[in-house]
Amino acid sequence: MDKSLCFYFQVHQPDRLRLYRFFDIGNDSQYFDDFANRTILRRVADRCYLPMNAIILELINKYQGQFKVAYSISGVALEQFEKYAPEVLESFKRLADTKCVEFLAETYSHSLASLISAKEFKAQVKEHAAAIKKHFGVTPKAFRNIELIYSDEIGAAVADMGYNVMLTEGAKHILGWKSPNYVYTNAINPKLKLLLKNFNLSDDIAFRFSDRSNPNWPLTSEKYAQWLNEAGKNDEVINLFMDYETFGEHQRQSTGIFEFMRALPGSVLANTNFKFRTPSEVAQQHQPVAPLHVPFAISWADEERDTSAWIGNELQNEAFHKLYELEKAVMATKDASLISDFRKLQESDHFYYMCTKFFSDGAVHKYFNPYDTPYEAFINYMNALSDFKLRVEKSAVKSAGKAKKASK
Amino acid sequence: MFGWEFPPHIAGGLGTACHGLTKGLAKHDVDILFVMPSASGDEDQSAVKIVNASDVPFTQTWSDMQTFLNKVDFLKVSSNLVPYIDPQLYTEYAGSKMEKSEFEQFKVKYGSKYKFSGKYGANLMEEVASYAMVAATIASENTFDVIHAHDWLTYAAGIAAKRVSGKPLVIHVHATSFDRGSADNIDTRVYEIERMGMLAADKVITVSNLTRNIVINKYGIDPSKVITVHNAVDFNEFKQVDVQRGVDDKIVTFLGRITFQKGPEYFIEAAAKVLKRYPKARFVMAGNGDLMNRSIRRVAKLGIADRFHFTGFLRGADVKKMFAYSDVYVMPSVSEPFGISPLEAMKSNVPTIISKQSGVAEVLKYAIKVDFWDIDAMADAMYGLLAYPALSQMSMRCGMDEVNELKWENAALKIKDVYSMAIAGE
Repeated sequence: MDKSLCFYFQVHQPDRLRLYRFFDIGNDSQYFDDFANRTILRRVADRCYLPMNAIILELINKYQGQFKVAYSISGVALEQFEKYAPEVLESFKRLADTKCVEFLAETYSHSLASLISAKEFKAQVKEHAAAIKKHFGVTPKAFRNIELIYSDEIGAAVADMGYNVMLTEGAKHILGWKSPNYVYTNAINPKLKLLLKNFNLSDDIAFRFSDRSNPNWPLTSEKYAQWLNEAGKNDEVINLFMDYETFGEHQRQSTGIFEFMRALPGSVLANTNFKFRTPSEVAQQHQPVAPLHVPFAISWADEERDTSAWIGNELQNEAFHKLYELEKAVMATKDASLISDFRKLQESDHFYYMCTKFFSDGAVHKYFNPYDTPYEAFINYMNALSDFKLRVEKSAVKSAGKAKKASK
Repeated sequence: MFGWEFPPHIAGGLGTACHGLTKGLAKHDVDILFVMPSASGDEDQSAVKIVNASDVPFTQTWSDMQTFLNKVDFLKVSSNLVPYIDPQLYTEYAGSKMEKSEFEQFKVKYGSKYKFSGKYGANLMEEVASYAMVAATIASENTFDVIHAHDWLTYAAGIAAKRVSGKPLVIHVHATSFDRGSADNIDTRVYEIERMGMLAADKVITVSNLTRNIVINKYGIDPSKVITVHNAVDFNEFKQVDVQRGVDDKIVTFLGRITFQKGPEYFIEAAAKVLKRYPKARFVMAGNGDLMNRSIRRVAKLGIADRFHFTGFLRGADVKKMFAYSDVYVMPSVSEPFGISPLEAMKSNVPTIISKQSGVAEVLKYAIKVDFWDIDAMADAMYGLLAYPALSQMSMRCGMDEVNELKWENAALKIKDVYSMAIAGE
């Protein structure tokens, strides 16, 4: 039987906060650093999104339907493309037109809502699906939670929303002796199929590609195809999931990453019996082998493969809970600008900056990080959140006043 | 008079105190030659004549040099002395120590000028030593009746001037090593210099009785020559600032370095207690320091981070803004020789809570005083000032009256008396 090779890329850029000082609380409700966000997006567009999209399009045309990839683009990234780099959005649309690209569903705000609020989670997934439909004309069928966060319950909630395939991490502590290279199912609702990231082969590209201390450096597409053969000897599916910014940003153009990707499909198609498939196609093609039990949330982040990169230390816990405490009050206001800011404050990146695990995974945490220390990140975030809370309270008082008048 | 800094370029309260004190002395017809390591020329010279030590060459002759070296032998401290140092930094400095005899160093410097930074950096001890040498030159070239040296950085200069001129020396203790570290963790090299200065002095002025006790008990100085002259505060140029307050909630403020000495953790614990009873309050910790990160973690852990804000280090205008924002000011210092900031708060019409372990507590009758460790009492006081307008209004009114009474003129008169005693050899 044909084996499947599944590429999926995460595309996301956060709305970074500006330096929001204590004296701004109650006086100024502009929280975001538009200049930095624009500058960084433009830089990443030039280094990564535009050249890499061009390569993917070239490969799809060259192999006439045999090369396929999947993207999950966060809603906030789409917004930034519209505002600062419409040509990136255009190039994604051209990719969508080839029908060889699958767009995955996720939360619009790249938020951690799945861990705390089923309601918010659902609302944001809906919002995102609508955005994908609007831009690319397709409704996403496969689901990918941000940073591959997954648990039995999250999976069940995703299945309830009508998705039948979901992507997550092939975390060792969950799999044990099992291989990530098969299709599994959710432990609560077996209709939801699970694709697991092969982190060894994914990280060979995403993290180790340019590492000269690695004995396998330099990595060539032939060598990589051989590894795929070895890894897939008895297995069926290899899922290569990674940040899209790997190409050109984390691994610079000078490392040869673009040439590697240009050559990879040829090497794979010529030397292995792998076929490129999108997540939905993989789920259709392969039978699940077993349910996978994940009682506690996993993710693709850090050595622990859990959610401790975002929620774990006391700073993150405090910020996270103080934010979601406001959910009901925010939604009750029905104020579009409040809801929009509420969603932007939910972006997982704000919590990621507060992570104190600087020593083991520092390099990754520092990337794109506007703060020197997690403490600064926390102070800044809490100041902005305090102002936001004041706005919510004021709005609630106003609408209560109106309701009273109306009842009279 | 030997100082280390003078407004407008100041790092701490010492420069401000020197400024106020010299202005007060000028009113009592005392002429002052104020020597500082690095003057920038824009200092207020209405009351003093500033001598910039960086402009004075070493002009001792060779034979003088030998005797001078004997005179300043107390300075055999290598230049790796930094006021606030951690073990790692120390190893770095110790590794790069220069093994050059002092005499050679002086030979190199003869006739040249030393460019002082006037800061508190890694070369501090070298600066302190060079400052003493320049002090000797200045002492031999000027006429005066008494020498007045402020804090340990200038004690060596004071001693050198005394040995060259034979005039009496008055040492002014604004802070001691015991206020900088905890009691069992002090910099012994600084302690030695401080003690040397106090022993060599004819009179020692302390800024509070609290400090006077430390000088007597911890440095073993003869009580009869230690005199307390409380600091005052100069509000001539003080202006209330108007601010647009973004929040309706009442604000309780801590303003200062976030270090062990200032007792930030007691403020945090008391804040958590108050918030349980008075949830509409906000707390602000303004400043930075080595306990800042720990404080942030504690605030997060207590779950009060949406009501407890950190501003980072605040400069001039922002400090005034912060006072204008405040409804209660708290200084929970574990050890504070004097403490000028509560006076600024009171002048800004902010009711103030101070710890009994601060020198300023000795001169303020109406400020609310608590033990720094008594977080229940501190929380009570905060709550009282927030919840009962009568109390805060009285605190404001009395505070303003009291602070207006604290004039440098009065403090200067006492200092002039100390001068007379030193000159008379009493």
